[in-house]
Amino acid sequence: MIGKNLNNIVPAGRCLISKRFKHVLPDLPYDYNALEPVISAEIMQLHHQKHHATYVNNLNIAEEKTQEAIAKGDIRAAIQLSTNLKFNGGGHINHSIFWTNLCPFKDGCEPSGELLNQIKADFGSLENLQKQLSTAAIGVQGSGWAWLGYSKDLKQLKVAACPNQDPLEPTKALIPLFGIDVWEHAYYLQYKNVRPDYVNAIWKICNWKNVDERYQSAKQQ
Amino acid sequence: MQLFNGGGHINHTIFWTNLSPHGGEPSGELLNQIKADFGSLENLQKQLSTASIGVQGSGWGWLGYCKNQKKLKITTCQNQDPLEATTGLIPLFGIDVWEHAYYLQYKNVRPDYVHSIWKICNWKNVDERYQSARQQ
Repeated sequence: MIGKNLNNIVPAGRCLISKRFKHVLPDLPYDYNALEPVISAEIMQLHHQKHHATYVNNLNIAEEKTQEAIAKGDIRAAIQLSTNLKFNGGGHINHSIFWTNLCPFKDGCEPSGELLNQIKADFGSLENLQKQLSTAAIGVQGSGWAWLGYSKDLKQLKVAACPNQDPLEPTKALIPLFGIDVWEHAYYLQYKNVRPDYVNAIWKICNWKNVDERYQSAKQQ
Repeated sequence: MQLFNGGGHINHTIFWTNLSPHGGEPSGELLNQIKADFGSLENLQKQLSTASIGVQGSGWGWLGYCKNQKKLKITTCQNQDPLEATTGLIPLFGIDVWEHAYYLQYKNVRPDYVHSIWKICNWKNVDERYQSARQQ
């Protein structure tokens, strides 16, 4: 199999034994202006083409260096690289989920069926879930994310917040269903310091269909 | 919560005095100390810029003074963690790298903001803080 991502091509006469996997920036499922007026095209373009792309590039670099360090038996170097792996890996994971969690206002819907039942069971009402997740998102100190997640052990929906780019599942053992990015780059150009306005508005473009798919998949795990 | 808001107040109060339209250059004892601890002013700027650019998430880059070692030190703090309370270093010059400090103007290009901020570094204020730190 030949591809532009292959490294370590072994000389002819031997099998190709090593292929270095590279992460790639996923395309958005919609145009940059599709989420207006909730999130501006300017923010979407910077957020995707600059911030997310940088996480992808730096993740690939961190992975390559980590693999080299491990191959050489250099555990100190591998440990030193682990914060970069978590930061950039988390950034790539989080944003990949985020783009699918959102949809144009005109394509939106409401939660229904089993998901809605679970929301009512665990939060009392959709309104209460939104209130709790919004409060958690607004209250993040510094950069981070607020999440609606699914606990496999408890078979329950949970609201959680993570600092920086800490990914939800590896750090809190919750399967991510819907995330709200509250890094200032996610809203500042449009909402300035008024994070609550952004958080309250983002519900208008919550892709409940995607949240439901993630929920159904989480229940199977 | 107190660390966050208290630190935010402390940090920003220092920051406004650390900047000025006409910053000047370091001289005298401060410049000697910079040369002793970093080799050159350029090297200090390079190190503090690198540290500030490299902050993951929100935080600050700091030039601080270590009373015990009588030396200048560079470090970073997360979020609004105040330098002295969390590291014992006395703050001399801070670079706010929370995105709100630069995003409207520099967008995602934090390095451009960090490199530019040296043009408005108020060395007179940094020197006052340094002199005061040495007395403590």
